[in-house]
Amino acid sequence: MPVKRPEKTTMPTREAGERAHTFAEVNEGYSVAHASFEAERCLRCQDPVCVSACPVQIPIPDFIHAVAAGDMAGAARILRSANPLPAICGRVCPQELQCEGSCSMGGRWKPVAIGHLERFVADWERSQPITTRPAITRSERIAVIGAGPSGLVCAGELARHGYGVTVYEALHAPGGVLRYGIPEFRLPKAVLDWEIAMLESAGVEFQCNIIIGRTITLDDLIAKHGFAAVFIGTGAGLPQFLGIPGENLNGVYSANEFLTRINLMRAYDPEADTPVHVGRRVAVIGSGNTAMDAVRTSLRMGAEEAMIVYRRSEKEMSARVEEYQHAKEEGIDFHWLTSPLEILDDGDGWVSGLRCQRMELGAPDASGRARPVPIPGSEFVLAVDNVILAIGTTPNPLLTRTTSGLAVTEHGCLLADERTGLTSKPLVFAGGDAVTGAATVILAAGAGKRAARAIVEALATRTLVTRLPS
Amino acid sequence: MTRILEARPLTPVTKFFRLDAPLIAASAQPGQFVMLRAREGGERIPITIADYDRETGTVVIVVQEVGATTRRVCALEAGEEILDVAGPLGSPIELPAGGHLCGVGGGFGTASLLCLMRERRASGGRTTAIVGARTKDLLILLDDLASLCDAVEVCTDDGSAGFRGFVTQRLAQLIAGDGPGRPDHVVAIGPMAMMRAVAETTRGHRVKTLVSMDPLMVDGTGMCGGCRVMVAGKPRFACVDGPCFDAHDVDFDVAMRRNKAYVRQEHAALERLACASGRD
Repeated sequence: MPVKRPEKTTMPTREAGERAHTFAEVNEGYSVAHASFEAERCLRCQDPVCVSACPVQIPIPDFIHAVAAGDMAGAARILRSANPLPAICGRVCPQELQCEGSCSMGGRWKPVAIGHLERFVADWERSQPITTRPAITRSERIAVIGAGPSGLVCAGELARHGYGVTVYEALHAPGGVLRYGIPEFRLPKAVLDWEIAMLESAGVEFQCNIIIGRTITLDDLIAKHGFAAVFIGTGAGLPQFLGIPGENLNGVYSANEFLTRINLMRAYDPEADTPVHVGRRVAVIGSGNTAMDAVRTSLRMGAEEAMIVYRRSEKEMSARVEEYQHAKEEGIDFHWLTSPLEILDDGDGWVSGLRCQRMELGAPDASGRARPVPIPGSEFVLAVDNVILAIGTTPNPLLTRTTSGLAVTEHGCLLADERTGLTSKPLVFAGGDAVTGAATVILAAGAGKRAARAIVEALATRTLVTRLPS
Repeated sequence: MTRILEARPLTPVTKFFRLDAPLIAASAQPGQFVMLRAREGGERIPITIADYDRETGTVVIVVQEVGATTRRVCALEAGEEILDVAGPLGSPIELPAGGHLCGVGGGFGTASLLCLMRERRASGGRTTAIVGARTKDLLILLDDLASLCDAVEVCTDDGSAGFRGFVTQRLAQLIAGDGPGRPDHVVAIGPMAMMRAVAETTRGHRVKTLVSMDPLMVDGTGMCGGCRVMVAGKPRFACVDGPCFDAHDVDFDVAMRRNKAYVRQEHAALERLACASGRD
C-alpha cells in the first residue's frame, strides 16, 4: 500500500480581503484533480468509524472509493442513497465533530476531507441534468409542515417510496433556515434551489404562504384535506433575548431578523425594498454558526468593524472550526470572556455602545462547560452602533398553540418518539429542531428520514400507532 | 398569487381591495392580519384584515400608501394579482361575551372595525363605532359601518361632519354617560398616537381597552423578534402574542420610536420608486 499523505488537500478559497466585501461563496470547491488526490488518502478501514459518526450513516469509504476510481455518478448515487441534501451538508455540517472527527487518519495526521469530498460529488451531480421523474404509485398523500431541512428530507424520502407529498411553507419561498438563515457566501441559494427542483421533479408539491395552525389547522389536514399522515418540521426559529436594558433600542436585532432581512428579503440588493440597519461598528453576541454568519454578513454589508462578544472562551465556542477560521481571516474581532450588561442609548433611541464585563472560567455548569464568572470591577464599554443577538432560538410556538393534543416539553419542544418521530397525535410525526431545539442541518435531516420510514411503515402495515412517545 | 376581485379608492391615499382568498377567508377572525409582498425583492408587510366572507371565499383589506410596497399595491386594480398574501396571522381578539363594545377607528384603521363589529353583533353584544378623521372627505366606510353597528359616532377635527374634535373626546363623553351608553370594552385601531390617547382616556375608568399594534415585522410567524412590543414591562411578539394587547400595559414610547427606525430608508425607497415610475 502506498504511503498516505498526512495533510488534507486544501480547498481553494476566495482571498480573505476580497471576499469580506462580497456575498460570493468563500469556498470555491475541489477540482476533479483535488478530489481524486484527496480520495486517495482514505484508508478504507474494515470497520469505518466515520460512518457510525455520521448522523445519516453515509457509506463514506464507498463513495470516496468511487471518487478515487473516477466514477462520479456512482459516488453521487451512494451519497444520495443515504443523504438527500449532500450539497448542503457538505457545506454546513460540523464535520470536525462527526465523520472527520472520528477518521482513522486523524490524531497523528489530518483526517480525510470527507466534507469537501461530499460537496465535490454533490456539485458534480448538480452540473448534470436532472433525470428524476415523478413516480407516485400510492393513493395516500402526506403533508409536510415546514420546508426546512427535516421537511425537505422527509418529503424526498416519502416521494422515493411513491407517496404524493405536499410541503406547506409559511414564508414565500421554501428552504427554512437554509434560505433565511445561512448566508449566500456559505450556502448559495442556487444550491438550495437545485435541491428543491430535484424534489419537485420527484413529484413533491410545494405550497408557500400557508401557515399551518392558522390558514389550515393541523387536524383539518387529515380531516378535511385528506392527508393520510403529517410530518411536522417547523424548526426552532423563535429568537431568545438577553433581558438586559437597552434591548429595545433601534439598531438591536435578533440574528434571525438581521439574517432574514438580508438572505430572504435581499436587503443587500440596492433594487430590493427591504431596509436593514448596519452600523459602522457591529457587535454580535454569541459564538455559534449563526453568530459567525451574522458578524461576517455585517462586514459584507459595509460595517467597518465587526466583532463577536462571548461570555465564555474560544474553547467553548460552538461554531464550526472552518467558519471561525474564515471569520478570523476576514478580520473579525473576538471578545472572549466578555458578558454584555447593557446596551447604551445615543440619546435618540439608537444604540451607541455595549457595556460589558470581563469573565473568568469557573467549575463546569449543567451544560458540562466551564461556568463563566464575572470579574468584579472589570466593566468597560465597547463603542458600537449595532447589536445583534445570536444567543439561541426555541421552537416556533404557533403550531403547538393552535393545535390541541400536541404534547410539548417544558421548553416548548414537541414530544416525539426518538426512533419514529411519532408525536402524541396519531399519524402525526415530527422531527428536526421542533423536537430537539436548535441543532444542526444533518440531525434534522436524519430525523426527517427516520420519520419518513416510520410513516411508510405505518401506512403500509396499516398499524395506527397511537401510543404516547416515552 | 392572489387575485384582486374589487379595488376602489376610499380617499386619495387609501384603497379598498376585495381578494379571492378562500383559505384565508375560511379561518380569519377579527384582529388578525395578512403578510403581503408586492413584488420579488419587495418587503413583507403586515396588513390588518378588514373583513372576510366565508361564503364567497373573499377577504377585504384596506391599504394606505405609506411606503414603496403600499404604493405598489395601491396602484393595482381589479383583475390584477398581489404576489404573496399569507394569513391569517396573529391571535384573534378575545373579549368577554356580551356588553357594549366601542370600536374606535382612526384613519384607515377604521376598516378593521368591520369584521369585529359584525362578529360582535352576531354574538349578541351591543356595538358602537367611533370613527374620526381630519375632515369629512377622509372618513371611510361609514355606510358599511352603519349597517353593522348599533351606533356610529363620527368625529372630524374641523367639524365638517359629526362631532367637532378628536375620537378620544367623544369616547370620554360616552364614558361619562353622554350618548349611546357607557362602553364595557374598547378596541382602538389606528395611528399609534391615537391608540395611546385612547389608552389614556379609558385608563382609570375600568374599561377594558385593547389596541392593535402595528410594529415593523418581517415574517409574521414568531421568528424574527422584530415586532417586539413592551407590554407590562415584558417583551411580547406582536405577530404571535398580539397584535392586540391591553392598551393600559403597552409602552407606547418604545413602540413609536421603534416604528421610526427606517424612516430614512423608506423615503429613499419611495424616491427610487418615483424615479422608476418616471422612466416608464
